[in-house]
Amino acid sequence: MSKPEFVYVIYIASTPEKIFKALTDANMSERYWDGSRVVSDWKIGAPFALELKRKDKNVTGKVLEFDPPRRLAYTFHPQHDGMEAEPPSRVFELEQQKDQVRLTIVHDNFEPGSKAFEGISRGWPLVLSSLKSYLEAGKVLHAPWYETASA
Amino acid sequence: MNIDNFKPAIVYTIYIASTPDKVWQALTTAEFSKKYFSGFAVEAELKVGGAFVARAPDGSVHISGEVIECDPPRRLTITWNVNWPALVEKLGPTLVTYEIEPAGNAVKLTLIQAHDRPIDDDILSGGRQGWPAILSSLKSLLETGQALVIKMDRPQRMMAALKKLGIGTP
Repeated sequence: MSKPEFVYVIYIASTPEKIFKALTDANMSERYWDGSRVVSDWKIGAPFALELKRKDKNVTGKVLEFDPPRRLAYTFHPQHDGMEAEPPSRVFELEQQKDQVRLTIVHDNFEPGSKAFEGISRGWPLVLSSLKSYLEAGKVLHAPWYETASA
Repeated sequence: MNIDNFKPAIVYTIYIASTPDKVWQALTTAEFSKKYFSGFAVEAELKVGGAFVARAPDGSVHISGEVIECDPPRRLTITWNVNWPALVEKLGPTLVTYEIEPAGNAVKLTLIQAHDRPIDDDILSGGRQGWPAILSSLKSLLETGQALVIKMDRPQRMMAALKKLGIGTP
């Protein structure tokens, strides 16, 4: 059985540079991602952390690729799944298409039945919809479950 | 037609800062669809058994179908058949469902494309490419008043697979 993979595509009326910055800047992610801060110096192999509003749920990993404004990749250990031998990874690809950017996110290398996989499949459409609203309209989106659960 | 025989092949979810009524209107009226759906005009007779059509900018019927479930502004299911010779005969009908639900300060829109038989990934690649573009554009239109103009490459992989099955493609 192949490992579960989550792929999501969204088009954003913006530039690759602005989207890449939003994906790697803690103050920006805090706005569109329910208070979550992406923290890293973005050198290959450097630590990556996603600091959530609930600090005990922080996610940590390391930077795999940093190629602005085209490609970004990092691994992450979701705390509630424990430490898997090979952590899942998150890859962002940005492709300029005339007046907008096609943003593709691939999450892979989950263990079958992973709780993190379920959470990501549910949560990422909202995070990326919010990112699009933030860049296009200056709005951010909130989900009802933000009050009770963590990403 | 028994819709219980249909299984989801493509599911795409997007959140929109709008109201369920506005999202419903955008999905079911030509005035909106022409803006976010590459100039295509959606004409839907909003009752079970009603006709559903999407016209190309030249006025020709590109997609035709029937309304299967209609629960405004929550759920719309239609058959979504592209009018290419032999397509329905070879692939069976395509079922499209839109689910609209309030979520926080936004609306969650879920698109489900379902089939009553296994469909090859090469053929599904067309919808996997198209739906994110159409629905990203719909979101932009409702939030900013400006739809996206997405120039899409011809879905070569899907076209080649359809041709191989003997389906007439333009």
